Amino acid sequence: MSGSVTVARSLDQALDALRSGPDARLVAGGTDLMVEVNAGRWQPGTLVSVDRAPELRGWHRDGDEIVLGSGLTYAEMERGELARLVPALAQAARTVGSPQIRNAGTLGGNVVTASPAGDTLPVLTALDAVVQIAGPEGTRISPLREFVRGVKRTDLRAGEVVTAVRVPALRGAQEFLKVGTRNAMVISVVMVAVVVDLDGHTVRVGVGSAAPVPVRAPLAEEYVGALVDWERARMDDPTGEVAAQFGELVAQATSPIDDHRSTAAYRRRAVAVCAARAVRRAFQEPESP
Amino acid sequence: MTVTDRRTPVRGGVGTSAPRPDGVAKVAGRFAFSSDLFADGMVWGHVLRSPYPSARIRRIDVGPALAIAGVHAVVTASDVPGVNAYGLEHTDQPVFAEDVVRFTGEAVAAIAADHPETARRAAAAVVVEYEPLEPLVDAEAAITAAPIHPDGNVFAHLLISHGDPAATGDVVVEGTYEVGMQDQAFMGPESGLAIPADDGGVDLHMSTQWLHVDRDQVASALALPPGLVRMTLAGVGGAFGAREDVSLQVHICLLALHTGRPVKMVFSREESFLGHVHRHPCRMAYRHHATRDGRLVKVEARMVFDGGAYASTSGPVLTNACCFAAGPYAVPNAVVEGWAVRTNNPPCGAMRGFGAVQACFAHESQMDKLAAALGMDPVELRLRNAMQTGDRLITGQLISGTAPVAELIRTCSAAPLPPQDPAPDPMARPGGSGRSADPDRVRRGVGFAVSIKNLMYSAGFDDFSTARVRLADGAATVTCAAAEVGQGFVTLAQQIVREVLQVEDVVISAADTSSIASAGSTSASRQTWMSGGAVEGAARAVLRRREAGETGEIEETYEHHHKPTTPLGADGQGDAHVSYVFAAHRAVVDVDLDLGLVRVVEIATSQDVGRVMNPVQVTGQIEGGIAQGVGLAVMEEIVMDGGLVRNASFTDYLIPTALDMPEVTVAALIEQPEPGAPFGAKGVGEPPTISSSAAVAAAVRDATGLDLPRIPIRPQDIALAGS
Repeated sequence: MSGSVTVARSLDQALDALRSGPDARLVAGGTDLMVEVNAGRWQPGTLVSVDRAPELRGWHRDGDEIVLGSGLTYAEMERGELARLVPALAQAARTVGSPQIRNAGTLGGNVVTASPAGDTLPVLTALDAVVQIAGPEGTRISPLREFVRGVKRTDLRAGEVVTAVRVPALRGAQEFLKVGTRNAMVISVVMVAVVVDLDGHTVRVGVGSAAPVPVRAPLAEEYVGALVDWERARMDDPTGEVAAQFGELVAQATSPIDDHRSTAAYRRRAVAVCAARAVRRAFQEPESP
Repeated sequence: MTVTDRRTPVRGGVGTSAPRPDGVAKVAGRFAFSSDLFADGMVWGHVLRSPYPSARIRRIDVGPALAIAGVHAVVTASDVPGVNAYGLEHTDQPVFAEDVVRFTGEAVAAIAADHPETARRAAAAVVVEYEPLEPLVDAEAAITAAPIHPDGNVFAHLLISHGDPAATGDVVVEGTYEVGMQDQAFMGPESGLAIPADDGGVDLHMSTQWLHVDRDQVASALALPPGLVRMTLAGVGGAFGAREDVSLQVHICLLALHTGRPVKMVFSREESFLGHVHRHPCRMAYRHHATRDGRLVKVEARMVFDGGAYASTSGPVLTNACCFAAGPYAVPNAVVEGWAVRTNNPPCGAMRGFGAVQACFAHESQMDKLAAALGMDPVELRLRNAMQTGDRLITGQLISGTAPVAELIRTCSAAPLPPQDPAPDPMARPGGSGRSADPDRVRRGVGFAVSIKNLMYSAGFDDFSTARVRLADGAATVTCAAAEVGQGFVTLAQQIVREVLQVEDVVISAADTSSIASAGSTSASRQTWMSGGAVEGAARAVLRRREAGETGEIEETYEHHHKPTTPLGADGQGDAHVSYVFAAHRAVVDVDLDLGLVRVVEIATSQDVGRVMNPVQVTGQIEGGIAQGVGLAVMEEIVMDGGLVRNASFTDYLIPTALDMPEVTVAALIEQPEPGAPFGAKGVGEPPTISSSAAVAAAVRDATGLDLPRIPIRPQDIALAGS
């Protein structure tokens, strides 16, 4: 057997190790990579483990932005101050796998795997997240909508490492809804994230598992954004028609497929239902405790 | 006032929740499952499988695989020294495919190498030239299609004609029902270790359900006398029917004899899904006739079961489905036709409930439809027709044992309904952690179902069991080849010996084929009765000698048989079964009407148990069986596409999690001792699965008002029903 594991204790060590050869691959939590290995889709060559690289861990505020380290685990997204600042991300993280998986899997892994079913991607898409990358040529940034290029395809180049994902700290409600055929530990059939920006007067939506890449729905966002009373942060929709129309417009922005998990027709319906519910929740009176 | 026995009864006897002897080791992670086995100098086996559901094999070249460093052997059909076939009922499944492959995943070659990864790469290096053929994947079409196997496409065709086939009722309801392909989805994948012996034989350590029948099939393929194939049960990580058939047994023994080294093999999860039988998917067309006051007059049914590429137990599964086509009800007239056919889908065979599950979904759906047509309460309709001792099955067989169907229905339906929680945890709503539910669009539904199934093998099969009990130095040792697959026979064997001999210290020795004769299969809810009976018989023989004054070591062996049965006649009539077991389930579900997601809130159940041997184990069987029944109702299905399995992983083959598992309320365990059964106890493992699926489906219908003639019910079946 060939194959080796380098434990990188810093970002520089990781970048050095990646230069060792074209077959070198980064591993953090391994929750996607090991599935590939076990399925025989990738034969381990040189693995560069980055879970001890401090630069990639944790998160911090940077002015109006939140910098999420690529080594941030789902378990870390679920709790504490971060869950209050980016609640949709916390909700998405909670739907990932089992507690063991959430303790291991990372945000960076989710972004780099770029699966249509990546659970954090609809949230990051709605937030206009920006990916920070370090590489042999230095550092660069790539907006998520450009970084994810197709099903499991990204803009990441040889020798590069995703170091962080930047998202804005927004004032306003956030919702994340996921549909799967089981009540927990399930890969998504569809996902919808809705993010309200009370200062920018926008409602932003990200949809997952309903197209090759996570999608936004600009027509839906404009439609509902124009109907929100931004002073009161309320949406006047007594009959639910606005939410329903929003849902339909979001569904029209998707291009789902039939596969072994569901059908295109169901996905379209579920996106419409979830988007309508998400926007209604985002503007409803907070439930009294 | 009764006279009190002043002896202190031994601890852990029959009726107590005696702890499992292997429980602590399993919880602590110290229990050795078959995948944990190790032998010095061992090499690793791997099987090359067909990527096609139907193809001609033009050429196999193992040279490139043999050339890989670390590869010790590559074997194919031409290396099988004996009969290149195995099978539980008919030996129609090749050890390795010869000229054709008939399902995706069929074994073509096996490799032994110094590392499992080397073995996998060597498998990929074997050159197999296939000529893909059009797969036969439609069961109905298979009946008349050109045969895809020399033995033909029909595994079994059964006709039952009971009473007056021309009888008609005032009220007639019809329906056509489908059940998808469920998998047993046990946790411990197929695994074993074969060690070549100096005498030319082989020692095989294997997780299985029936050691002696495995041994005979291995010996036949290897052209060895059965005595030279010595099997020992290795730790079994669940079975549920999927370990009845041979999987890797012959392959690793052959590799061990070829290499002269111990060979270990452990299936990956994907191989496990491809490498064992599943529950038969089926289509069932029904017509029920009743009087206006709700008495069943006649049941007509036509059932087509897709058995996949090889026979396995398709015949007996179909027999069960047909025998219990009308359910636990007294029906004077019946006409039932059943087909079990061969296709290029994966082989199907035994799974918990064994044919009764499919029939129950259909007959209980029909009972609800009939109740609606009559304007009658569905529970009342069932009570009015409930089978009782002295009634006859549609096979004409007299129900001579206990049949507390009415008691089950009464107690289960009388259980208080769970509260409508005004502000439930969002995680407890349909959709769970996805937080997708809108409480205003969630509807609650309640459904009811009742089931019947046979205990033990049927139709003339004498599935005896053998056990030995030795008493020495105040401790007893039990030797029995019954496979402990998690169900708790090892606990019951201890309890029975403690009860009979009043000795607390009871050791269960390893189950193997060398020490003792067959115990029969751990299936058909039979080990409590059959091997329990054998252990009791041996212990009583020891007791008699002790009571006669004998001291020192006493050892007795006992072979237990149930009363004989006979095959069904040409009209489907006959005394084919030994005993019956019944259960009732009431399901309460919450359904998200727009997304079609279901949360099963509660299952209340009453079960006919004869006698509770171990309360904790009975509860365990009930809860586990209900989990599997809920799974079939709302999520568990092997998705097929043109003969290809689309979801051979736990990412996509979904089984219930803790958030999907309902509260289980045991409304009643009906203890009416069954005549002829040791301690009066009936097997308890299968009934929890059988009618729980049907009850959940009925509850979802109640919540949605939809027909839902198919399980598992998919979200789109509800959400898109109006489009």
